[in-house]
Amino acid sequence: MKLPDLAELALRNLRESILRNSLTTIGISVGVASLVAMLSLGTGLQQLFTRRLAKSGLFDTIYVSSRREMRGMGRAEERNGPLPGDSRVLDEAARGEIEHLANVSEAYPDIRFATELRFEDKPHLTMISALPQSAKTNDAFENIQGSFFSSDTATEVILQKSFAEELLGKTPPLGSPEPAVSELASPLLGRELTMRYAQRSASAGPDSASETELAGASYSVVSREQKLKIVGIADLDPESMRGPTRARVFIPLRLAENLHVMQPTDLREISRAGSDQPVYSSISVRVKNPSQIQGVEDAIKKMGFTTFSILDASRSLQQVFKVLYAFLGIFGSLALAVASIGIVNTLVMAILERRREIGIMKAIGASDGDVRKLFFAEAGAMGIIGGIFGVIFGWAIGQVINFGTNIYLKSQSIPPEHFWAVPWWLVAFAIGFAFIVSLISGLYPAGRAARLDPVQALRYE
Amino acid sequence: MTSTSAISSTCAAAIRSENVCRHYRMGETLIRAVDGVSLEIGTGEFLALLGSSGSGKSSLLNLVAGLDRPTSGSVVVQDRDLARLSREELAKYRLHVVGMVFQSFNLIPSMTLLENVELPLRFAEVERGKRESLSQQALERVGLKARLHHRPSELSGGEQQRAALARALINKPKLLLADEPTGNLDSHTGTEIMDMLREFNRELGMTVVMVTHERALAERYAERLVFLADGKLIDDRPNVPGGRP
Repeated sequence: MKLPDLAELALRNLRESILRNSLTTIGISVGVASLVAMLSLGTGLQQLFTRRLAKSGLFDTIYVSSRREMRGMGRAEERNGPLPGDSRVLDEAARGEIEHLANVSEAYPDIRFATELRFEDKPHLTMISALPQSAKTNDAFENIQGSFFSSDTATEVILQKSFAEELLGKTPPLGSPEPAVSELASPLLGRELTMRYAQRSASAGPDSASETELAGASYSVVSREQKLKIVGIADLDPESMRGPTRARVFIPLRLAENLHVMQPTDLREISRAGSDQPVYSSISVRVKNPSQIQGVEDAIKKMGFTTFSILDASRSLQQVFKVLYAFLGIFGSLALAVASIGIVNTLVMAILERRREIGIMKAIGASDGDVRKLFFAEAGAMGIIGGIFGVIFGWAIGQVINFGTNIYLKSQSIPPEHFWAVPWWLVAFAIGFAFIVSLISGLYPAGRAARLDPVQALRYE
Repeated sequence: MTSTSAISSTCAAAIRSENVCRHYRMGETLIRAVDGVSLEIGTGEFLALLGSSGSGKSSLLNLVAGLDRPTSGSVVVQDRDLARLSREELAKYRLHVVGMVFQSFNLIPSMTLLENVELPLRFAEVERGKRESLSQQALERVGLKARLHHRPSELSGGEQQRAALARALINKPKLLLADEPTGNLDSHTGTEIMDMLREFNRELGMTVVMVTHERALAERYAERLVFLADGKLIDDRPNVPGGRP
């Protein structure tokens, strides 16, 4: 029998005992829905994590340092780098060169220095870090109180929450609940801080308070002050990667560059040929897409620099998600396995009911294969129909849970998230899987129907 | 051994059975449904298998129809030894060589007459476009033009049997096998069906083998009467159709 005929006969047979076949099909739908729900939760969570991690700037950022600038952390990546003697100096020229590599969206120097900030005439010592405008999308600033820098050269400052607590003298004792960021923001936003810093100056002699001539150096160091306006208080730490050296106060990158703040590197590079070009201790290189990170890293290594990224960490995260997927898939499939027993039951019942009909078909010339294919087609049709409804059902469950979760998140004043994702491949996979499971369930009933003896079947009333 | 003398010698054998047996077990007892029957039936013959119930006439018909296989002996239909055919080949044989009608009509209740008649064409993988016109013609031929889209349950017994005849003829078989075709019909409609069988036998040259226990009916239509009892052939004689004893 040809396929269109099979499909037509199968569908008409399914319609004949509509109640029983609908119940079986609903069983399959529930099975498929649970599979879809589980896998779309897995996909949704993975996308959520990937999105969050991409925002954190950890996965698309390469930290480049000169081999001369040994941090001594003993990282394998650094040990694999070129020998100190062969290493290039990480100066402005090198930065420009890196920025022009393919797939690099920006390369900016890591400017960080420890200095004193005065607030209400009280000095506070802290680490200051410069941030490019692109850091605005970093998830550390997602819940910022106030705003991000208005421009790359604005004399503005963003404080990390713990530093804001310190300024206000509100540092909570260990173990007690921390004050909310909003509480810290109102007395601080719009106020001014005075930053005292050491300026590296190519030519000696601006009329400043103190001036230190360093022996053999081609420049002088001048003590300066700069007033900064507090524009934002950030809850999270945008530099969680940096561990103990992380900063608690942030200023715009271009402002920091223009201030020519004296950095530790400057002292170490003194022995080099006198150049007024700034030399950086490290550069952060942002890649357009995390998948391109390996290529860019290799290119930078070839230039003679040491690189570090957490690409490997991201790889193991993918591994974790594969395992999670497998588990969710197995749990989701359980309901489908139960439903497949329903198919076997329904079809075995159908054979008993349609014994005579099978006998008639054989008497008028149906082969074993025709009968087998007909039962297969019925099983397959239930699988496909169940699969389609199951996907719709599973998608609806996802929407409801998403909606419910986001209402809860809103009540906890956490911004809404998308936990649920039903990609096209999952839709196709779920329907295909239901179809195949149904065909497998149809194997036994179809075989049994095909082997039916026509003489006995016709005698059966 | 076989009495073919009564038949015109120009008829080639359409069916030849040699010492065919069909035994089966029912618990401890061995039932000899067909027990060593040798019979030769010529092409174009109209033969009636007669006997009381349990005589083995239906079992013999099932063997000729390829619905069952002999325990021993052979049934050769148009040079095919049915005992040697595979299940697949046997299905093809039933589809193309044999047309069958039953006492209980055996139409599929969920299908309309047109669909019932069309079913063998589906198994034969005839094109969709051809199928409908062929089935329609077949039903018109048995006088059911107005009933194409009715289901069997909406029809009288005679109409159902006529539809079954249309279905049996749709693949233009050489052999028409009828198992008590009038058993569920009143005598008037029974006569109608028998007239049709005779018409097909004469006009289409089909070999007709009919199982019946009504001797009078057999004598009115058949050219040859074969009597069975306890699975054995006990009498085989020519008959002049229409003649009254």
